[in-house]
Amino acid sequence: MDGYEQVLNDRPPGVEQQETTANFLSYTVGLVLAIAATIGSFIVSQTDLLWPPGVPVGLIVLAIAQIGVHLVFFLHLGSGPDNTNNILALAFGSLVVFLVITGSCWIIANLNDNMMPMPAH
Amino acid sequence: MTIATIDTLPTEIVRGRGGGGPAPTRTTVAYGFWIFILSDIVMFSALFAAYAVLSANTAGGPTGRELFNLHNVFIETACLLFSSYTCGLGMLSAERRERVRFLVFAAFTFALGAAFLTIEISEFAGMVGAGAGPSRSAFLSSFFTLVGMHGIHVTTGLLWLAYTVAQVLVKGLRPVVLRRLACFSLFWHALDIVWVGVLTLVYLMGVR
Repeated sequence: MDGYEQVLNDRPPGVEQQETTANFLSYTVGLVLAIAATIGSFIVSQTDLLWPPGVPVGLIVLAIAQIGVHLVFFLHLGSGPDNTNNILALAFGSLVVFLVITGSCWIIANLNDNMMPMPAH
Repeated sequence: MTIATIDTLPTEIVRGRGGGGPAPTRTTVAYGFWIFILSDIVMFSALFAAYAVLSANTAGGPTGRELFNLHNVFIETACLLFSSYTCGLGMLSAERRERVRFLVFAAFTFALGAAFLTIEISEFAGMVGAGAGPSRSAFLSSFFTLVGMHGIHVTTGLLWLAYTVAQVLVKGLRPVVLRRLACFSLFWHALDIVWVGVLTLVYLMGVR
Protein backbone atom coordinates (compact mmCIF):
# COMPACT_ATOMS: atom_id res chain seq x y z
CA MET A 1 0.00 0.00 0.00
CA ASP A 2 2.97 2.33 -0.52
CA GLY A 3 1.13 4.15 -3.26
CA TYR A 4 -1.75 4.86 -0.94
CA GLU A 5 0.57 6.19 1.77
CA GLN A 6 2.01 8.53 -0.81
CA VAL A 7 -1.50 9.76 -1.59
CA LEU A 8 -2.22 10.52 2.04
CA ASN A 9 1.03 12.46 2.29
CA ASP A 10 0.22 14.45 -0.84
CA ARG A 11 -0.82 17.80 0.54
CA PRO A 12 -2.63 20.73 -1.07
CA PRO A 13 -0.98 24.15 -0.86
CA GLY A 14 -0.85 25.53 2.65
CA VAL A 15 -1.78 22.29 4.35
CA GLU A 16 0.86 21.17 6.79
CA GLN A 17 1.39 17.66 8.07
CA GLN A 18 -1.85 15.70 8.01
CA GLU A 19 -3.77 18.54 9.53
CA THR A 20 -6.04 19.96 6.89
CA THR A 21 -6.90 23.64 6.85
CA ALA A 22 -9.67 23.10 4.32
CA ASN A 23 -12.78 21.90 6.09
CA PHE A 24 -16.49 22.41 6.17
CA LEU A 25 -16.19 25.13 8.80
CA SER A 26 -13.71 27.24 6.83
CA TYR A 27 -15.85 27.15 3.68
CA THR A 28 -18.95 28.05 5.68
CA VAL A 29 -17.23 30.94 7.49
CA GLY A 30 -16.01 32.16 4.10
CA LEU A 31 -19.51 31.92 2.62
CA VAL A 32 -21.04 33.88 5.51
CA LEU A 33 -18.38 36.63 5.30
CA ALA A 34 -18.72 36.82 1.50
CA ILE A 35 -22.52 37.12 1.76
CA ALA A 36 -22.11 39.87 4.36
CA ALA A 37 -19.69 41.78 2.08
CA THR A 38 -21.98 41.36 -0.95
CA ILE A 39 -25.10 42.53 0.87
CA GLY A 40 -23.05 45.38 2.34
CA SER A 41 -22.03 46.45 -1.19
CA PHE A 42 -25.64 46.45 -2.38
CA ILE A 43 -26.74 48.47 0.67
CA VAL A 44 -23.92 51.00 0.23
CA SER A 45 -24.74 51.44 -3.46
CA GLN A 46 -28.53 51.62 -3.08
CA THR A 47 -28.92 53.80 0.02
CA ASP A 48 -27.48 57.04 1.33
CA LEU A 49 -25.93 55.31 4.31
CA LEU A 50 -22.50 56.61 3.24
CA TRP A 51 -21.68 60.19 2.31
CA PRO A 52 -22.56 60.05 -1.43
CA PRO A 53 -19.13 61.10 -2.87
CA GLY A 54 -17.53 58.41 -0.69
CA VAL A 55 -19.65 55.57 -2.07
CA PRO A 56 -17.17 54.42 -4.78
CA VAL A 57 -14.42 54.25 -2.13
CA GLY A 58 -16.73 52.28 0.17
CA LEU A 59 -17.58 49.85 -2.64
CA ILE A 60 -13.89 49.36 -3.50
CA VAL A 61 -13.03 48.70 0.16
CA LEU A 62 -15.84 46.11 0.43
CA ALA A 63 -14.74 44.47 -2.85
CA ILE A 64 -11.13 44.18 -1.69
CA ALA A 65 -12.32 42.77 1.65
CA GLN A 66 -14.43 40.18 -0.16
CA ILE A 67 -11.54 39.22 -2.46
CA GLY A 68 -9.44 38.71 0.67
CA VAL A 69 -12.15 36.47 2.15
CA HIS A 70 -12.23 34.41 -1.06
CA LEU A 71 -8.43 34.06 -1.14
CA VAL A 72 -8.19 32.92 2.49
CA PHE A 73 -11.31 30.77 2.93
CA PHE A 74 -11.92 29.40 -0.59
CA LEU A 75 -8.43 29.35 -2.13
CA HIS A 76 -6.72 28.62 1.23
CA LEU A 77 -3.87 31.04 0.79
CA GLY A 78 -2.21 31.17 4.17
CA SER A 79 1.13 31.77 5.79
CA GLY A 80 2.25 28.12 5.68
CA PRO A 81 5.62 27.22 4.15
CA ASP A 82 3.95 25.52 1.15
CA ASN A 83 2.27 28.81 0.35
CA THR A 84 5.36 31.02 0.19
CA ASN A 85 5.59 30.81 -3.60
CA ASN A 86 1.83 31.20 -4.08
CA ILE A 87 1.87 34.40 -2.02
CA LEU A 88 4.88 35.79 -3.91
CA ALA A 89 3.17 35.09 -7.24
CA LEU A 90 -0.01 36.74 -5.93
CA ALA A 91 1.96 39.81 -4.83
CA PHE A 92 3.49 40.17 -8.29
CA GLY A 93 0.12 39.59 -10.00
CA SER A 94 -1.50 42.25 -7.82
CA LEU A 95 1.28 44.69 -8.70
CA VAL A 96 0.70 44.15 -12.44
CA VAL A 97 -3.08 44.46 -12.04
CA PHE A 98 -2.64 47.68 -10.05
CA LEU A 99 -0.25 49.16 -12.64
CA VAL A 100 -2.48 48.27 -15.61
CA ILE A 101 -5.69 49.64 -14.09
CA THR A 102 -4.45 52.81 -12.35
CA GLY A 103 -1.95 53.51 -15.13
CA SER A 104 -4.62 53.33 -17.85
CA CYS A 105 -7.07 55.48 -15.89
CA TRP A 106 -4.38 58.05 -15.07
CA ILE A 107 -3.05 58.37 -18.63
CA ILE A 108 -6.47 58.54 -20.29
CA ALA A 109 -7.79 61.06 -17.75
CA ASN A 110 -4.78 63.23 -18.56
CA LEU A 111 -5.35 62.91 -22.31
CA ASN A 112 -9.01 63.78 -21.85
CA ASP A 113 -8.15 66.91 -19.87
CA ASN A 114 -5.66 68.09 -22.51
CA MET A 115 -7.93 67.38 -25.46
CA MET A 116 -8.61 70.32 -27.79
CA PRO A 117 -12.33 71.15 -28.04
CA MET A 118 -13.60 69.29 -31.10
CA PRO A 119 -15.76 71.08 -33.65
CA ALA A 120 -19.20 69.56 -34.07
CA HIS A 121 -19.60 68.11 -37.55
CA MET B 1 4.51 2.99 6.87
CA THR B 2 8.14 2.71 5.77
CA ILE B 3 8.32 5.96 3.89
CA ALA B 4 10.40 8.58 5.69
CA THR B 5 8.55 11.65 4.50
CA ILE B 6 9.59 15.23 4.89
CA ASP B 7 6.96 15.39 7.62
CA THR B 8 9.46 13.83 10.01
CA LEU B 9 12.23 16.27 9.26
CA PRO B 10 12.90 19.21 11.56
CA THR B 11 13.34 21.38 8.47
CA GLU B 12 9.63 22.15 8.18
CA ILE B 13 10.41 25.82 8.32
CA VAL B 14 12.58 25.73 5.18
CA ARG B 15 9.94 24.08 3.00
CA GLY B 16 8.77 26.46 0.31
CA ARG B 17 12.11 28.21 0.49
CA GLY B 18 14.05 25.55 -1.36
CA GLY B 19 14.77 23.24 1.59
CA GLY B 20 13.22 20.12 3.06
CA GLY B 21 13.16 18.11 -0.15
CA PRO B 22 10.88 18.27 -3.15
CA ALA B 23 7.34 19.54 -2.64
CA PRO B 24 4.44 17.10 -3.13
CA THR B 25 3.13 16.90 -6.70
CA ARG B 26 -0.14 18.49 -5.63
CA THR B 27 1.71 21.55 -4.36
CA THR B 28 3.69 22.01 -7.58
CA VAL B 29 0.65 21.37 -9.82
CA ALA B 30 -1.44 23.85 -7.85
CA TYR B 31 1.42 26.38 -8.01
CA GLY B 32 1.67 26.06 -11.80
CA PHE B 33 -2.08 26.44 -12.16
CA TRP B 34 -2.05 29.41 -9.78
CA ILE B 35 0.44 31.14 -12.13
CA PHE B 36 -1.99 30.55 -15.02
CA ILE B 37 -4.88 32.00 -12.98
CA LEU B 38 -2.86 35.09 -12.10
CA SER B 39 -2.00 35.64 -15.78
CA ASP B 40 -5.70 35.24 -16.60
CA ILE B 41 -6.50 37.88 -13.99
CA VAL B 42 -3.87 40.19 -15.52
CA MET B 43 -5.72 39.75 -18.84
CA PHE B 44 -8.98 40.66 -17.08
CA SER B 45 -7.30 43.72 -15.56
CA ALA B 46 -6.75 45.08 -19.09
CA LEU B 47 -10.47 44.63 -19.84
CA PHE B 48 -11.35 46.27 -16.49
CA ALA B 49 -9.07 49.20 -17.37
CA ALA B 50 -10.70 49.51 -20.82
CA TYR B 51 -14.15 49.54 -19.20
CA ALA B 52 -13.13 52.09 -16.57
CA VAL B 53 -11.77 54.36 -19.29
CA LEU B 54 -14.72 53.99 -21.72
CA SER B 55 -17.71 53.63 -19.38
CA ALA B 56 -18.62 57.33 -19.57
CA ASN B 57 -18.59 57.41 -23.39
CA THR B 58 -22.18 56.44 -24.12
CA ALA B 59 -22.36 58.34 -27.46
CA GLY B 60 -25.87 59.53 -26.65
CA GLY B 61 -27.01 55.93 -26.13
CA PRO B 62 -28.39 54.24 -23.03
CA THR B 63 -26.39 54.46 -19.80
CA GLY B 64 -25.77 51.76 -17.23
CA ARG B 65 -28.40 53.28 -14.96
CA GLU B 66 -31.07 52.69 -17.64
CA LEU B 67 -29.85 49.23 -18.66
CA PHE B 68 -28.84 47.37 -15.51
CA ASN B 69 -31.34 45.42 -13.46
CA LEU B 70 -29.83 45.03 -9.99
CA HIS B 71 -32.42 42.43 -9.03
CA ASN B 72 -31.05 40.04 -11.69
CA VAL B 73 -27.48 40.95 -10.79
CA PHE B 74 -28.14 40.04 -7.15
CA ILE B 75 -29.45 36.61 -8.18
CA GLU B 76 -26.44 36.11 -10.48
CA THR B 77 -24.07 36.99 -7.63
CA ALA B 78 -25.83 34.58 -5.27
CA CYS B 79 -25.65 31.77 -7.88
CA LEU B 80 -21.90 32.21 -8.34
CA LEU B 81 -21.19 32.53 -4.62
CA PHE B 82 -23.15 29.40 -3.69
CA SER B 83 -21.63 27.46 -6.60
CA SER B 84 -18.19 28.38 -5.26
CA TYR B 85 -19.27 27.05 -1.86
CA THR B 86 -20.64 23.76 -3.23
CA CYS B 87 -17.49 23.41 -5.38
CA GLY B 88 -15.36 23.70 -2.23
CA LEU B 89 -17.50 21.16 -0.37
CA GLY B 90 -17.30 18.87 -3.41
CA MET B 91 -13.49 19.06 -3.28
CA LEU B 92 -13.58 18.14 0.42
CA SER B 93 -15.77 15.10 -0.33
CA ALA B 94 -13.48 14.07 -3.19
CA GLU B 95 -10.43 14.26 -0.91
CA ARG B 96 -12.23 12.03 1.59
CA ARG B 97 -13.10 9.63 -1.26
CA GLU B 98 -16.84 10.18 -0.74
CA ARG B 99 -17.86 9.63 -4.34
CA VAL B 100 -21.64 10.03 -4.12
CA ARG B 101 -21.41 13.17 -2.03
CA PHE B 102 -18.88 14.60 -4.49
CA LEU B 103 -21.25 13.92 -7.40
CA VAL B 104 -24.14 15.63 -5.59
CA PHE B 105 -22.04 18.75 -4.87
CA ALA B 106 -20.72 18.76 -8.47
CA ALA B 107 -24.32 18.65 -9.72
CA PHE B 108 -25.21 21.64 -7.50
CA THR B 109 -22.12 23.52 -8.74
CA PHE B 110 -23.08 22.85 -12.35
CA ALA B 111 -26.73 23.80 -11.86
CA LEU B 112 -25.86 27.10 -10.12
CA GLY B 113 -23.27 27.96 -12.78
CA ALA B 114 -25.78 27.17 -15.53
CA ALA B 115 -28.41 29.34 -13.78
CA PHE B 116 -25.93 32.23 -13.69
CA LEU B 117 -25.20 31.79 -17.38
CA THR B 118 -28.90 31.60 -18.32
CA ILE B 119 -29.67 34.89 -16.54
CA GLU B 120 -26.64 36.56 -18.14
CA ILE B 121 -27.51 35.38 -21.66
CA SER B 122 -31.13 36.52 -21.34
CA GLU B 123 -29.88 39.89 -20.03
CA PHE B 124 -27.53 40.25 -23.03
CA ALA B 125 -30.27 39.20 -25.45
CA GLY B 126 -32.65 41.77 -23.94
CA MET B 127 -30.04 44.52 -24.28
CA VAL B 128 -29.22 43.66 -27.90
CA GLY B 129 -32.95 43.46 -28.68
CA ALA B 130 -33.48 46.92 -27.21
CA GLY B 131 -30.84 48.40 -29.52
CA ALA B 132 -28.14 48.45 -26.82
CA GLY B 133 -25.78 45.97 -28.49
CA PRO B 134 -21.97 46.11 -28.42
CA SER B 135 -21.85 48.38 -31.49
CA ARG B 136 -24.01 51.12 -29.93
CA SER B 137 -21.31 52.95 -27.96
CA ALA B 138 -17.80 52.60 -26.53
CA PHE B 139 -19.40 52.01 -23.13
CA LEU B 140 -21.41 49.05 -24.46
CA SER B 141 -18.46 47.64 -26.47
CA SER B 142 -16.32 47.53 -23.34
CA PHE B 143 -19.26 46.25 -21.24
CA PHE B 144 -19.93 43.30 -23.54
CA THR B 145 -16.21 42.54 -23.83
CA LEU B 146 -15.60 42.49 -20.06
CA VAL B 147 -18.80 40.79 -18.88
CA GLY B 148 -18.89 38.52 -21.95
CA MET B 149 -15.31 37.38 -21.28
CA HIS B 150 -16.32 36.42 -17.75
CA GLY B 151 -19.33 34.59 -19.18
CA ILE B 152 -17.08 32.68 -21.62
CA HIS B 153 -14.91 31.66 -18.67
CA VAL B 154 -17.97 30.38 -16.80
CA THR B 155 -19.04 28.42 -19.91
CA THR B 156 -15.56 26.89 -20.16
CA GLY B 157 -15.71 26.08 -16.45
CA LEU B 158 -19.02 24.23 -16.88
CA LEU B 159 -17.63 22.15 -19.78
CA TRP B 160 -14.51 21.45 -17.72
CA LEU B 161 -16.62 20.41 -14.71
CA ALA B 162 -18.63 17.99 -16.86
CA TYR B 163 -15.39 16.56 -18.26
CA THR B 164 -13.88 16.16 -14.78
CA VAL B 165 -16.99 14.47 -13.41
CA ALA B 166 -16.82 12.05 -16.34
CA GLN B 167 -13.21 11.30 -15.34
CA VAL B 168 -14.28 10.64 -11.75
CA LEU B 169 -17.00 8.27 -13.01
CA VAL B 170 -14.63 6.40 -15.33
CA LYS B 171 -11.31 6.48 -13.48
CA GLY B 172 -12.44 6.97 -9.88
CA LEU B 173 -10.96 9.39 -7.36
CA ARG B 174 -7.32 8.67 -8.18
CA PRO B 175 -4.57 11.13 -7.21
CA VAL B 176 -4.24 12.38 -10.79
CA VAL B 177 -8.00 12.99 -11.03
CA LEU B 178 -7.93 14.72 -7.64
CA ARG B 179 -5.20 17.06 -8.87
CA ARG B 180 -7.29 17.94 -11.94
CA LEU B 181 -10.25 18.55 -9.64
CA ALA B 182 -8.10 20.83 -7.47
CA CYS B 183 -7.17 22.86 -10.57
CA PHE B 184 -10.83 23.12 -11.58
CA SER B 185 -11.75 24.29 -8.09
CA LEU B 186 -9.00 26.97 -8.18
CA PHE B 187 -10.37 28.14 -11.56
CA TRP B 188 -13.97 28.25 -10.31
CA HIS B 189 -13.07 30.21 -7.16
CA ALA B 190 -10.96 32.62 -9.26
CA LEU B 191 -13.99 33.28 -11.50
CA ASP B 192 -15.93 34.30 -8.41
CA ILE B 193 -13.13 36.74 -7.51
CA VAL B 194 -13.32 38.29 -11.00
CA TRP B 195 -17.12 38.55 -10.58
CA VAL B 196 -16.63 40.58 -7.37
CA GLY B 197 -14.75 43.11 -9.52
CA VAL B 198 -17.42 43.07 -12.26
CA LEU B 199 -20.23 43.48 -9.72
CA THR B 200 -18.52 46.43 -8.03
CA LEU B 201 -17.11 48.33 -11.02
CA VAL B 202 -19.76 47.62 -13.67
CA TYR B 203 -23.05 47.16 -11.86
CA LEU B 204 -22.96 48.79 -8.42
CA MET B 205 -20.99 51.84 -9.59
CA GLY B 206 -22.80 51.88 -12.95
CA VAL B 207 -26.29 52.32 -11.52
CA ARG B 208 -25.41 55.37 -9.44
